[in-house]
Amino acid sequence: MDSFFQQLINGLALGSIYGLIALGYTMVYGVLRFINFAHSDVLMLGAYAAFFLAPKVQQIVPLPGLAGALIVMLLAALICAAAGMLIEFLAYRPLRSRPKLTVLITAIGVSLFIEFTCQHKAVFGAANRAFPKLIDFPNFTFLGLTFTSLNVIIVLVTAALLAGMWFIVQRTRTGAAMRAVSFNQQAAALMGINISRIITFTFGLGSALAAVAGVLYALGAPAIEPLMGTQPGLRAFIAAVVGGIGNLPGAVLGGILLGLLETFAGGIPGLSTYRDAIAFAILILILLFKPAGLLGKATVEKV
Amino acid sequence: MKTGLDPIYKAIASVRLPGAKRWLLVGIALALVASYFSGQFNRYYLGVWMDCGINIILAVSLNLINGHTGQFSLGHAGFMSVGGYTAAKLSLVYSPSVPPEWHPVLLCAGLLLGGLASAVAGFLVGVPSLRLRGDYLAIVTLGFGEIIRVIFQNTEAVGAASGLSGIPKYTTLGWTFGVAAITIYVVAALVNSTYGRGFLAVSDDEVAASSMGINPTRYKVTAFVLGAFFAGIAGALYAHHKQTLTPTQFDFMKSIDIVVMVILGGMGRTGGVILAAIILTWMPEMLRGFADYRMIMYALLIIALMMLRPQGLFALNFKRKGGGAA
Repeated sequence: MDSFFQQLINGLALGSIYGLIALGYTMVYGVLRFINFAHSDVLMLGAYAAFFLAPKVQQIVPLPGLAGALIVMLLAALICAAAGMLIEFLAYRPLRSRPKLTVLITAIGVSLFIEFTCQHKAVFGAANRAFPKLIDFPNFTFLGLTFTSLNVIIVLVTAALLAGMWFIVQRTRTGAAMRAVSFNQQAAALMGINISRIITFTFGLGSALAAVAGVLYALGAPAIEPLMGTQPGLRAFIAAVVGGIGNLPGAVLGGILLGLLETFAGGIPGLSTYRDAIAFAILILILLFKPAGLLGKATVEKV
Repeated sequence: MKTGLDPIYKAIASVRLPGAKRWLLVGIALALVASYFSGQFNRYYLGVWMDCGINIILAVSLNLINGHTGQFSLGHAGFMSVGGYTAAKLSLVYSPSVPPEWHPVLLCAGLLLGGLASAVAGFLVGVPSLRLRGDYLAIVTLGFGEIIRVIFQNTEAVGAASGLSGIPKYTTLGWTFGVAAITIYVVAALVNSTYGRGFLAVSDDEVAASSMGINPTRYKVTAFVLGAFFAGIAGALYAHHKQTLTPTQFDFMKSIDIVVMVILGGMGRTGGVILAAIILTWMPEMLRGFADYRMIMYALLIIALMMLRPQGLFALNFKRKGGGAA
């Protein structure tokens, strides 16, 4: 039973990270209706930003420590928000009126470009790098169970960010504009909403979340490398689809579901080697029976 | 007997393109002649040209799915691996007990069996994926490709993660280009037949097509099955050319490579796709000196292409004159 609860919290933490990344996918899909393949690379950029910033921040604020970790995370999020907006401005904006397939292929191209550029020896290099210890995460015991505090931090950060996202989307003017753009872009434009500004803002927000997810992921991972975003990015995308793409709580729900299933399946001897396939198998099953995802609304095609 | 593939046979039988048949014969004859003299070629160039032939088969077969039928599959490498592993296993088991003069027959059996195994996989992927469109379909086919790879990675019978090695070298220039000629012929003849116009109709407008009495589901499955069949054959040729197979050879990047060939050549434009397959096979060889920047340039090529010429670089086509350009 002890190990069951530990697996549960491990799965929750992993799922929270997937959920954070999935939020970015789902928001971008909401306003632009395409899969931003480069999102997983923004996550990697976030981890690298933290990697390079940590020594600088350490000179001012002590590290490892909570305040220092938060500052590093915030700076990484800002850098990635800028990177996300830049990607949108350079690669996606010129293609806004083109067919979706064109944009999708461009997104794959952008993703490959970031990955290969970062693997170049003049940039980050392909080698693994040890991620600095931003924060102490000792194990602690609660109700006779041992937890890693990192996992608890991850779950709490996700919960806080999800609440923040909900507030922005549901309770602010910008959020209302985001929902309007997602509902009907042309009508939103007629109502005086600056579509480009909203899309840029959405990219910035999603990329900032990806950066936070990247830092949290890197804290738990043994090392960082330029392709580190690919696998969690793919899972997170699946999480977004499973939860119903365009739906914020759905993204987190899908992420947690995927994280839990992956963690528990990893514990079953025969299944552990199939871990990479599990997420996709779930995706295919969900799409077969509920093509709009768990929380998504089914749309009827009008001719 | 009425099967789903029935219309294909009918279509192939009713092709009214003597020119295309002539080209097929010319293609096969050229492949055989080239193969006869291949002993005098530089081994390195010979190898790259065989890669070209295999990539032509892959690109033309993916073009049937992504170009002519307007679907978006990102799992072509998965189908290729099914054919490759099937044929390689067959050769590894039977080649010691078969006399050398029967080896081409063994390869032939491997090609057919690999193609069929892959077609079955294509059917299994196609049927559930049909309800999905655009990027959903892309991600599901990507998922199927990954699942196939993980299964091979965990199957001891095909060497798990270390893969198969010591596969006999049966593939020759004649085989690759001969099969490439057949692939081009079948796809071009099919799409240009009366039945095949349905593929273009599904690609142009699914709702309009179904209101005209065309069954989009059936066309999509046919495209998937046939595309997978040829991808499987390409995989079998690849296995007997490289002589080793590992699951990582068939990852997401391989699928992307084939997709890029199709978009560079122009979706649904057979001539352009063939040219793109040849260019993209040679390009990395030419750019060996710039190995560090090669992949960065490749990624930039994709982005630039989508921005400047999304219809593909080469607006060449076979027998699609007047109003039919997709």
